[in-house]
Parts: sequence; C-alpha cells; structure tokens
Amino acid sequence: MFLLHEYDIFWAFLIISSLVPILAFWISGVLAPVREGPEKLSSYESGIETMGDAWLQFRIRYYMFALVFVVFDVETVFLYPWAMSFDVLGVSVFIEAFIFVLILIGGSVYAWRKGALEWS
Amino acid sequence: MIIDTTEVQTINSFSTSGFFKEVYGLIWIIPILTLILEITIGVLVIVWLEREISAAIQQRIGPEYAGPLGILQAIADGTKLLLKEDLLPSRGDIRLFSVGPSIAVISVLLSYLVIPFGYRLVLADLGIGVFLWIAISSIAPIGLLMSGYGSNNKYSFSGGLRAAAQSISYEIPLTLCVLSISLRLEIGRNDQVLPYDSDLDSSTVDIVEAQSKYGFWGWNLWRQPIGFLVFLISSLAECERLPFDLPEAEEELVAGYQTEYSGIKYALFYLASYLNLLVSSLFVTVLYLGGWNFSIPYIPIPELFRINQMAGIFGMTIDIFITLAKAYLFLFISITTRWTLPRMRIDQLLNLGWKFLLPISLGNLLLTTSSQLVSL
Repeated sequence: MFLLHEYDIFWAFLIISSLVPILAFWISGVLAPVREGPEKLSSYESGIETMGDAWLQFRIRYYMFALVFVVFDVETVFLYPWAMSFDVLGVSVFIEAFIFVLILIGGSVYAWRKGALEWS
Repeated sequence: MIIDTTEVQTINSFSTSGFFKEVYGLIWIIPILTLILEITIGVLVIVWLEREISAAIQQRIGPEYAGPLGILQAIADGTKLLLKEDLLPSRGDIRLFSVGPSIAVISVLLSYLVIPFGYRLVLADLGIGVFLWIAISSIAPIGLLMSGYGSNNKYSFSGGLRAAAQSISYEIPLTLCVLSISLRLEIGRNDQVLPYDSDLDSSTVDIVEAQSKYGFWGWNLWRQPIGFLVFLISSLAECERLPFDLPEAEEELVAGYQTEYSGIKYALFYLASYLNLLVSSLFVTVLYLGGWNFSIPYIPIPELFRINQMAGIFGMTIDIFITLAKAYLFLFISITTRWTLPRMRIDQLLNLGWKFLLPISLGNLLLTTSSQLVSL
C-alpha cells in the first residue's frame, strides 16, 4: 500500500470482501436461535454413536502429494519469467529451458515409478 | 447580494479544504461495491439456473413457488440459512472452524479484481493479471483444511484432506495452461531499445486484446485447443464440481469437510462454491473465448462487428453483455456436466490430474513455445 500504488485497490477489495463473512456471522449471531442440548454437541456419524477417536491416523500419501505439488509449483514459478520474455531470448535459452523441464520430467517419472503418486 | 457572496465564499472554501479532497478520494469504493453487487446477482442467477437446468435434465419442474418462475429461490435459501442455529462442535477448534469458510470465500472474491468486462471495465489492470487469480485461489485449500480439522469429526478431517489434495493436484495443469496463453505472441519487435520489456504482459486486458486481431478465428480456443480442454477439466476440478466433487459426495463422506456446518457458515461454503464457478467461467471467457469482442462469423452485416467499438455507455454495456453471455455458455456446459456424468473416485481423480493432465499441459507449453520459435 505504501510502495506499489496499483495494488491499493487490492487492499480495499480485501477489506471489503472480508467484511462479507464478518457481516454474515454478525447477522446470524443476532437472528439465529440458540438452544443447547447434549445431542447437538456430539459429532455426526450417520446417526449412530461415534466409534473411536475423532482424529484419524494421518496417511503419508497426503504428504507425498503435497511434496510433489511443491516441486512442480516451484518449477512453474521458474518457468514464468522464461515464458514471459521468451521471444526476445532466442533459441539457446529455449534449449536450456527445455533441459530444465526434461530434468523435472525425469523427477516426475521417478516419483511415478516409486509410487509417490499412488493412492495407497 | 451579500448572501450570494457569502455563499460563493463558503463553496470556495469547501472545495479547497482537505476534507472535500478526502471525500472525493473515496470514490474508488463505488466500482468495488458495483462489482460486489454484480457478483451477488450473478450467484443468485447461477443458483436459480442450476436448479432449473437440473430440473429440465431430470424431467421435472424446478423451483416455482418463491417468486415468479422461482427466481427468488436463492434469496429464500439464503435467508433460511441465516436464521438457522449456528452449531459449534463441542471439542473442535472453534476459531479454525469459523475462519475456514471465511478464507474460502475471501480468496474466491479477491479473484474478481482482474476480470475485464470491457476495455476499461476492470477493477485492477495489474501487470501480473491472471497469475493473481492463480496465486489467490491457491489459498482456498488452507480454508478447507482448517474446516476439516476444526470439526472434530473423522469424516470431516478425511474429507478436508482429500479436498485439499484434489485442489493442489489440479493447480499445476491450470497454471501451465495459463502460462501457454500468456506467452508473448508479439514477435519481431526489433525496434525496442530496452533489452527486456518491463511489463510482465500477462494482464487480462492484453490477453483479450491479443485475441481480437482476427475476429472469431483469433480466439485462443483455436490457437490452444489442447490447453482449452485441459483448462476446462482443471477448472471444474478446482471448483469441486461433479464429476470431481468427491469431497462433498453424499454417499461417501456424508458431506466431507462441510458435515458439521450449519446455518450461515454452510451458506458461506455454498456461496464460495458458486463464486468459484462464476470466476472460472469468466476466466475461460477471457482467456479462450475472446473476452468482450463480439466476433461471430457469417453474419452479413459488417458493421455489427464494430458495434463494441462505439464509445460511451452503449459500447460498454454491449461489452459487459457479451462477456456475460459467453461466461453463461460455459456455466451451462458445467451445470449439464454435473447432472450428466457420474462421480470419479479419488484415485481416478488424482491419476487424471498427475499422470494425464500434467504431462499434457507441459507438452502443450513446450509445443507452443517451439512453434513460436519456428515461426520467428
């Protein structure tokens, strides 16, 4: 807001759009009834009594997907400036970027074969 | 006479005081409020449209009691949800529980900043343009994880993790498709003195302008057909619409991360889902279907093509109308897809994202760049 003036409207829009849920919660706090009861406090499990703890064992496969996502996201971040100014850079830079993408494709094939992208 | 001079003096002092300048500076709030009003009406229309189209597909009558032709059905639903009791899970994390849907709504609302409805009808013509949408829509999985964890329910937790895994898996094909479009297609600028162009030139207005050169055949739909299909599938998966709506599938996980929500927080998730759908369809229009340019071929009246270059209010209205018409075409396609195709399993879904769409979109990017180089 102090350095990049073209983002001023972003901050304004952020503040106004964060008023949307705040307003919604406030209106609901005023209008909605509150009737406490013991049944309402229990978790939902299709109508039966809950069995076991509410916390699952965290499966490793979620972490593997997030890890592979981070690798490819950083790759796309590195590809942004190349794609933006690639017509003034010429063929040699294209070959270098192609080698970069090939290295990452190699990594992706490795992850695929090792089963990082399998859902169990 | 005396009254006139004192009046003139007060008016002069009023206009030169700092207070008036501050009030005048707050005029930026009007476009923002206009956009939010437009978005709200858009969501109401989509909700009604979804119910009418699903009714037509399933050969039944849709909403017909709330207002004429059931138009006020969405408002009735929203009011009902506002008046429902707000249940909080007993041992869940209340702060995460409340903040989760708020983050989902705020991140989707912020994406409307960069959508151009006309040449000058964009809230923020930023240099980074479309990448603002991609960056901000990446915040939504945090909201889903918060709501899944804060619900103190193992099905919600599992649903939240799955929803987050699905969201992040389809972001990379989306980003690579957008990158293929933002490649600077203006070649041969040898008279440039600068060694590089400081403008990032992925602004949405420039993308639409670049499609306007050849009329209908200049749309990115024809230049990037593979990218269009990948973008279509990825944006449906990002919005968690069928056939990709496993996180909220009724038979599988009750309602996934939305199970323990009632009242207005549930309405916020509902709102975020439709807002996301509207912003995705507007981006499909801007990126692939030529934005606000009216260029349908084979109409024998040549003046009709230049109708949106007429200055003034009429031109701007036509621009908005054309953008919305194209966006609603894509909305119709996604709503009919929802009510036609069966749901995919989570492993099929993730396989599609990682093993099929990611290599295809990478190949699309490399193909686009190499064809640009060959034509140099």
